[in-house]
Amino acid sequence: MAQQQNNLKLYSYWRSSCSCRIRIALNLKGLDYEYIPVNLLKGEQFSPEFRKLNPIGYVPVLVDGDVVISDSLAIFLYLEEKYPQIPLLPSDLLKKAVNIQAANIVCSSIQPLQNLAVLNYIEEKVSPDEKVPWVKFHIEKGFGALEKLLKDHAGKYATGDEVAMADAFLAPQMHAGIKRFNVDMAKFPLLTRLNEAYSELPEFEKAMPENQPDAPSA
Amino acid sequence: MAQQQNKLKLYSYWISSCSWRIRIALNLKGLQYQYIPVNLLKGEHFSPEFQKLNPIGYVPVLVDGDIVISDSFAIFMYLEEKYPQIPLLPSDLPKKALNIQATNIVSSSIQPLQNLAVLKYIEEKTSPDEKIPWAKFHIEKGFAALEKLLKDHAGKYATGDEVSMADVFLAPQIFNAIKRFNVDMAKFPLLTRLNDAYSELPEFQKATPENQPDAPPA
Repeated sequence: MAQQQNNLKLYSYWRSSCSCRIRIALNLKGLDYEYIPVNLLKGEQFSPEFRKLNPIGYVPVLVDGDVVISDSLAIFLYLEEKYPQIPLLPSDLLKKAVNIQAANIVCSSIQPLQNLAVLNYIEEKVSPDEKVPWVKFHIEKGFGALEKLLKDHAGKYATGDEVAMADAFLAPQMHAGIKRFNVDMAKFPLLTRLNEAYSELPEFEKAMPENQPDAPSA
Repeated sequence: MAQQQNKLKLYSYWISSCSWRIRIALNLKGLQYQYIPVNLLKGEHFSPEFQKLNPIGYVPVLVDGDIVISDSFAIFMYLEEKYPQIPLLPSDLPKKALNIQATNIVSSSIQPLQNLAVLKYIEEKTSPDEKIPWAKFHIEKGFAALEKLLKDHAGKYATGDEVSMADVFLAPQIFNAIKRFNVDMAKFPLLTRLNDAYSELPEFQKATPENQPDAPPA
């Protein structure tokens, strides 16, 4: 597809599922970007340069000329409006709402409960053995909700036969659930089918953690 | 202001901050609605009727004619598009992104980490004394991020001199931080000032928990 001339930079960490959502969105929209790694394990998000760019210290951060935006949901909706040529949200209001709801189940009900800071707390205050059960509990609760939500809406992809926002948010969460936390996907047949569909899309594959410039060598 | 034809229905719980956000939004947009209480403590969200409406069992749920939408973020964006007459998002893209980012700090980084289910887990796995410090930790982290984020953008309200999405999501969170978790707001002068501003707006005040039909008698 035509690559767009632009000035986009994405500050990203290979393993950050929030960054992965935006890598997928940029690929789907055919938008070239400069990948700038921020090593969260080494604390690079606390460097003066990065703090100047994003005082909160989160990834991803999108820089589009003079505009600097962080938060994957805010970045996604910005891209959707600024670069509408390959839309990732349906115009039908109900279907649009289902996409936002699915994205938000990932974004609010699952991912925040398995990020580094929370896992560190669990490890320190409860025990290291409690981390994985805690994460699995929240992932499975969220995946159960998604199975119900999408049941009457899914087609080839999460909310129909076109790839949309829900897919961009779901794919990284499933990748993390399966690869990092060994979630048993047998309970989630729809999500399993969607995950297989995503594995056939180059825009998704190219965005996966292991394919990023800052991924550790295998 | 013009009254719309169909009455909207909002399934809500008095003290649910997610429901509260939508109550504010409906008031700001001058939209009448029928308030339908769902008693979460009594498990009414698991009733067959409610499950049929919203299989996931969350509040709030908005019913607009044939359309049923849940998730406060999705409902908000639906209202914004369907009833644009009193806009709650700026048209300027970076300011719009800023609102969504502030909203998502509340919606993903704070509220999910202090909801009932999570606090119960903390209580069971560590101790009842650990609940408040845990909640305060996440609220304060999020509030510090919001102070930084909004510092260069706030006017009379969070992102300028007009009330917008960020205010709608912030108000319930600030209120809860003070009333339920005793967060020391002295560290957050901007949020304190915004909270004072919200207390003067009838649309915000009418939406507070104690003013809802299902609030317990004082």
